[in-house]
Order: sequence, then structure tokens, then C-alpha cells
Amino acid sequence: MSISLGELAQPKLIYKGAEAEIYLETWHSEFVIRKTRVAKPYRVPELDEAIRRSRTAHEATMMQEVRKLGVPVPVIQDIDPDTWTLRMEYIRGPTLKEELFKLPAGKQRLRCRDLGGIIAIMHDGGIVHGDLTISNVISENGKLFIIDFGLGDFSKEIEDKGVDLLLLNRVFKSTHYVFHAALFKAFLEGYAKSVGKRKCDETVAKMHEIQRRGRYFERG
Amino acid sequence: MRTIRYSVRNATTSVKPTRSPTQANFRDVFLTRRPNCNRTLLHCLGIESTAHTFGAGVVSDEGRILSDARDMYASTPGTGIHPREAAEHHSEVAARVVSSALTKAGVKASELSGVAIALGPGLGPCLRVGATVARALSVYYKAPLIGVNHAIGHIEIGTLTTGAKDPLVVLVSGGHTAIAAFSGGRWRIFGETEDITIGNLYDMFAREIDLPSPAGPEIERLASKTSEFLPLPYVVKGNDVSYSGLLTASLSRLRSGAKLEDVCYSMQEVSCSMLAEAVERSLAYTAKKELLLTGGVAANKILQRKLQEVALLHDAAFHVVQGPYTGDNGPQIAWTGMLALRAGLVTAISEARVRPKWRLEDVDIPWRIGTA
Repeated sequence: MSISLGELAQPKLIYKGAEAEIYLETWHSEFVIRKTRVAKPYRVPELDEAIRRSRTAHEATMMQEVRKLGVPVPVIQDIDPDTWTLRMEYIRGPTLKEELFKLPAGKQRLRCRDLGGIIAIMHDGGIVHGDLTISNVISENGKLFIIDFGLGDFSKEIEDKGVDLLLLNRVFKSTHYVFHAALFKAFLEGYAKSVGKRKCDETVAKMHEIQRRGRYFERG
Repeated sequence: MRTIRYSVRNATTSVKPTRSPTQANFRDVFLTRRPNCNRTLLHCLGIESTAHTFGAGVVSDEGRILSDARDMYASTPGTGIHPREAAEHHSEVAARVVSSALTKAGVKASELSGVAIALGPGLGPCLRVGATVARALSVYYKAPLIGVNHAIGHIEIGTLTTGAKDPLVVLVSGGHTAIAAFSGGRWRIFGETEDITIGNLYDMFAREIDLPSPAGPEIERLASKTSEFLPLPYVVKGNDVSYSGLLTASLSRLRSGAKLEDVCYSMQEVSCSMLAEAVERSLAYTAKKELLLTGGVAANKILQRKLQEVALLHDAAFHVVQGPYTGDNGPQIAWTGMLALRAGLVTAISEARVRPKWRLEDVDIPWRIGTA
């Protein structure tokens, strides 16, 4: 996306997600992303405001902490829990969801392997994402940035790491039903390479355990 | 269960069609199997016995519901569904419910083009009663047997009665809390509960305070008396929800002296809002333009209103399955069976075993095409 500063007198709505509106705006003469969590008519106001406030502050904390581990995330520039708003660095690139299937098969697996490596570092550092999908990954010329930590948490529990893997595997299965096995395998290769096969196997085993806990799981 | 293509070799009558059934000629193919039947439309009987309801219904191939008979097992307040007792109930009412469905539809058993049965998911003992009845009818009246997934039944009756074409489906009942969309020949799960279902949540809560199950309507009634909101755990994980912590917290609120109405109100608010958020996330992800709410808990007005608001936020049309078809019913199985029959899928008697844990994403859907 090439936008010159002059064209951005007004904030530009670039994405309307499920819980927040994402604007591109100039702030202290720099491009920034403004993420504002909007009120949801389907929640009673007490609940709604508490959720938006805590997720806004929490997301900023998580992004700072994740950054310390060396995981690429946009730099947080401003936090305002009273207006449920975060400002952060603008990463120029498509989401992995938009990019992945325009790539040749080898590159697809490479991206998934890279993602696996990054997520493993994060997990090993005691942080889980909580909403891991390929639309929450931005690819800037092949360098992957993780975004949207609103549901993230500090956790060394394998349980929570297993949930991350479960969610990602579900996204692969539901969206890319032909290639999902190869993509998830590549993801796990990257994961194992980063933190070792033992930790990777443990997390995968937990993922299967969580799956079995749900309803209607047929063995075999 | 293996489904088999309808071919001459599997024919159950001696009259052998020369063509395989296609959209255009399926009526000829199946009607020529019934030489003594002078009907112009196909009729399918559907039998439902996955949980507390024994239901039977007849539909025609153009999607008209001709009858809907059912009898529900009532559990003792303070207990849930006892599988064996429910199965005993089903075996007592089965003959009466099936013949009432046929009489109301004005169709003789010998004129049926198919007998559809919900083989799962559900309670094993209950499923086996329906399966036994269906297999017997199929063999005796030489009508092909069609094994149907109960969850697909909820979805198909939803699209039939609302006219939804390619919706994001929210299936909520005692057995399911799942968000699914159709692509690549199957319903794909985009989000679901990681532990108990929303129907479970209500029923298990009710069981502890000696209300009869299904308890949804009673909880909704109690909740409508107040608007005193008590904070309770709100757990959304991606597009998934988790209700087990909410159940524990609601019960402990009650035991520590909170008013029953306030707990019901807050539990209903939190559980429905959690689901609404998970649905909104899935709707944003899949970009579907229709939202269909189906299953037993679809009757909950609060959940309907919240999902309608979600649909509005994303410019999606909102559909709710028609009143009588929210709960388990025979017509939903009959109609799904009819769709399968038209696509040439029947189940060999020897393969028609019950599948108590059959997931809806494991079912091939050849009759629904075109959507990517």
C-alpha cells in the first residue's frame, strides 16, 4: 500500500474486525495504526466496558512482553484504556491469510515453518496468544509479525499452548482443507526446531487431549 | 458408516432402472422401484431418537413437511436424561409415533421411497431404538435406508424452513454448540465449545436446583424478571467458547446467597454474549452474508436478539429455524434423508450401526454444491 502523508488528513478505516476498528492515521507526523475496541450491542454495558478496557490494557502489556522475547510485533506507541484505544507501528504488508495461497507450495510451507518457530519462542517464554489464526499474522516481505494479543496471556501451562495449536490447526482444516495436514506439519517442524522435539510433542499431545474433551470425538 | 452409491446392484426390488438417479430423473428412478405406488412425488419417513425425543415425520421430495409426530421422555426434576429410561420410553412410543406420522401425512408405509434414521450423534441406548425401528421398516417395506447425521438434520431443516442459501450456521442444543460453514463438500467447524454445550450448561445448572430438563425456557423466564448483573467468568478462546467455569461460578454464586433470578439472568447474558462474540469472529473471518441459528437453544429469545445484532453489524441476513423445528424432530431427519436419497446415497442395512459420537464435519454432503 503506498499512501503519501498528504492524502491522510483523515484517519482511514482499513479493517473492521470482530471486536475493533483498525484505522491508519498520522500521529506526531508518522503513520500509525489505531486500534479502537468498539461497543458491542450484544453485551450488557457493565460487561462490555469491563471487557474492552481490560483487553486494551492487556493487549499492550502482552505486546511489550512478547517483544522482549524477540518475537516480531508492532511497537506500541500509545495506550488509552479510557477510549479503548491503542496506537502502534504500521507494518506494511498483507496478512498471512491473504498472502499464503498466492504463494507456491514450497513457500507456503516455509511461511508455516517460520510461524512455528516464532510461536514456539513465544510459548517457551511463557506467553500464549489465545486467538492464533493466520489473519493475525502480517507478512512484511516474508518477515512475520504477530498481532492481536487481546486474548493473550502469561502462561507456562501446556494446556494453554495446546489451545493455541488447536485453534491454528482448526483454521488450517476449515479454510484450507486440501493442504491443511502439510501446512500444520510444516508449522510443527518449525516449532520443534525452535524449542526441541520433546516440548513440541508435549504440546501436540495436549492439543489432542483437549480435542478429545470436546463433544463427539470418534477414536481412530 | 460407509455410505454407498445407489446402483442397480444394490436395488431392493426386482424392477431395475437403467439410469442412475440424477437431479432431473430421480423421481422416475425411485418411483419405478415401487410398481404399486401411483404417486408422482417421492416420500421419505424420518425417525429421530438421539436424546429425549422420539420423533417421526414425512416429507415430500419438493420439501413439504407432511407430518411431524413426536413424544418426549420427561426426566424427573433434579436428574438429567437417564439413557436407559429414555430408551425404554422410546421403545414404548415408537410404533404409535411412526404410525401417527404416516397417517397424518396420508402416506402408506409401502409407498415410501426411503426411511431415514438419525444414526448419531446421541445417546447410544436411545439411538439403538430408532435404528432398530428404521432397519425393520426398511427391510419389511423394501424401502432404501438412509443413515443421517442428526446435526446435519438441524442444519438442513434450518435452511429448508428459512430459505438460507449459504449461511454461517450456529448450531446450539443440548448436544452441540458449534459454528460451521459449508466449503469443499463438507460443513467445516469454525468454532465450538471446548467442554460443555450451552444446552448442557442450562440443564446441568437446572439439575442442581431441581428444575426439570430441558431447562432453557425456565431459565429464560426466571432471567426475564431482573436486570441485576453479577460478574461471572467470560471465556472466549479465538472462535471457541468454554462454559464449564461459568457453570461452576453460577452454582457457587447461588450457594453463597445470590438470588436465583439474578444468577439466571447473568448466566444467560454471559453465555449468550460469549457465543455472540465467537460468532462475530467467525462471521468476520468467513465473510458469509447469512447467519442461521438452529437447534434446541435457538428458541432462546435473548440468544436470537444477540445474534441478530451480530448479523446487523456485518450486513448479514439473519435467519432462525421455525419454532416447531428448533427441538429434535422427525422431519429434519426425513428431509436430510430425502436430500441424500436424491443424491443417490443410501446405507446398507449391515452398515447401519449407531454412531454416538459422529461429528458433523465428518459427513460428506454431495447435495450442496457451488459454495467455495
